[in-house]
This record gives sequence, structure tokens and C-alpha cells, in this order.
Amino acid sequence: MLEGRASTPQAQRRGAFDNAGLEAPIGTLVEKVAMHANSVTDEDIAAMRISGLSEDQIFELAVCAAVGQASREHDAALSALAAAIGSD
Amino acid sequence: MRLAILDSGHSFGTKALFAMIRVVSRQPVPEPLKLVRYRADFYGAAMQQIMQEAMRGPSAWSVGDRELMAAFVSKANESAYCTNAHAAVSVRAYGDKAKVAAVLANLETAVIEEPLRATLRMLGKLTREHAVGVGDMRDVLAAGVSRKQIEDALAVCFALGTTNRLADAFKFSVGPPKVFEAGAEYLLARGYR
Repeated sequence: MLEGRASTPQAQRRGAFDNAGLEAPIGTLVEKVAMHANSVTDEDIAAMRISGLSEDQIFELAVCAAVGQASREHDAALSALAAAIGSD
Repeated sequence: MRLAILDSGHSFGTKALFAMIRVVSRQPVPEPLKLVRYRADFYGAAMQQIMQEAMRGPSAWSVGDRELMAAFVSKANESAYCTNAHAAVSVRAYGDKAKVAAVLANLETAVIEEPLRATLRMLGKLTREHAVGVGDMRDVLAAGVSRKQIEDALAVCFALGTTNRLADAFKFSVGPPKVFEAGAEYLLARGYR
């Protein structure tokens, strides 16, 4: 997803995965997907289209945002678990 | 769905598969399947493997437990489609509709085993607050949950955390209960491959 062939630049996909360094409307959608996806609206997607992004590009960026946030939460929880076991 | 490519942008072979599914099941093609089959090399193929391992791989948690975790995480994410879908599988796996309904209504008053309750409580916090601390993990361990069980539960949470976000971003349609019941029958029998 971050390394393979895609229709968005690798740096943009990395920004979506990290939820960092992206301006509106991409940054707005990425933030919503990562932190409160049920607040994404038709208007958010429309704004992406108006900015010139294709559906494939929107798909790629949303996927990177979702996987990135879920990965950070998973990694943080595993670290907390390791610390809890180590401190027992 | 918000992106037309997820409805109709699939390869010829995938469209043929979808046509067969519609004929055999007499139901619309499930939208999660449309998502994972669109450009599967980008996202879906890997996620199907992750889901299968998390939900059906070897674990001390039963299939009903893991489907309940999936429904619980989805509810915490306010993802209606995924809550309904995984609750339906959990009900079928447990053979106990009241148990699943009770957990989703109020975790603290539901009549369930304490290790499962402690694990669900931690998953709920991780989902709502995007973080858990060492103290949260100590509480789960103190309830008698093993490290491997916690890791297995976190794998479910990762898979659903990703899927919930995409279900809501792409606006999966929430259909009638009979659609989820048909999906549950399939997922219990075949898994997520």
C-alpha cells in the first residue's frame, strides 16, 4: 500500500497513513477517517473530487488513513501490554 | 457507496463472481466483499488474510467471543453496518441472542465471564480514546486473561478498526436484518477468505 504501484504519490500515501502534513481537502478527509470516520460526509468526498482527485486516488488515501490509525493504536496497545507484563 | 468504483469498478472475473453470488444467495453482494475485491493487491487481499487469522485462526477465544469483540469494537466506533454484521455472526456462533444483545446494551451488567468483560472493556477504551495504558493492561491480566489472549483480541481490534473506518468513509448501506442473517450464515460456515 505504501511501497507498491498506485495512482497517488508515495509521499501523499505516507502522509495519509501518518495523518500528518496534508492540507485540505485531503487532510480533512484523512483526519476524519482516522479519528471519527462516521463523521465523513458526501461533501468531504465531493471536495476531494473538485480538487482534481480521481475515485482511485480517494480510495487509496482513505485506505492508508484507516490502516495507519489502526496500526498506531495496535502498536501502542502492544507496547502497553509489554510494559504491564514487564512490570509485574 | 460513495465511490462508484467500489460498486462497479471490479475486474471482469470479479463481476462474474458477484453475479454468481447474487443468484445463489438471492441477496445483494455484501459491500465489505466489494471493498476487499476492488484492487485486491492494494488492500483487500492482505486484509482478508488478517481477518481470517484474527477471527478464525487458532485462539483460546471462541469464534463467538471474537465476533462479539468485533461487534463491540464496531459499536464503540459507531459503525452501524459492522456492528450489525458481527453481532449476527456472534449470535449464531453462541446460539444466544440475549447474551450478545446484553453486552452491546451494557457491558457492565451483562452476564458474561469476567475475563471476556475485562477484555471488552479494554478494547472499548482503545477504540474510543485511541490509546490504552499500562494500568488498563494490568486490569485485563488481573482478570485472568493471558498475554496471548490479549494479543488475539488486539488483532480483532486492528482488523475491525480498519474495516469500521472504511465502512463509514465509503458509506456502506445498512440493510434489513435478513441480509445480516444471511451474511452471518456464510461467514460462520466459510470465514473471511
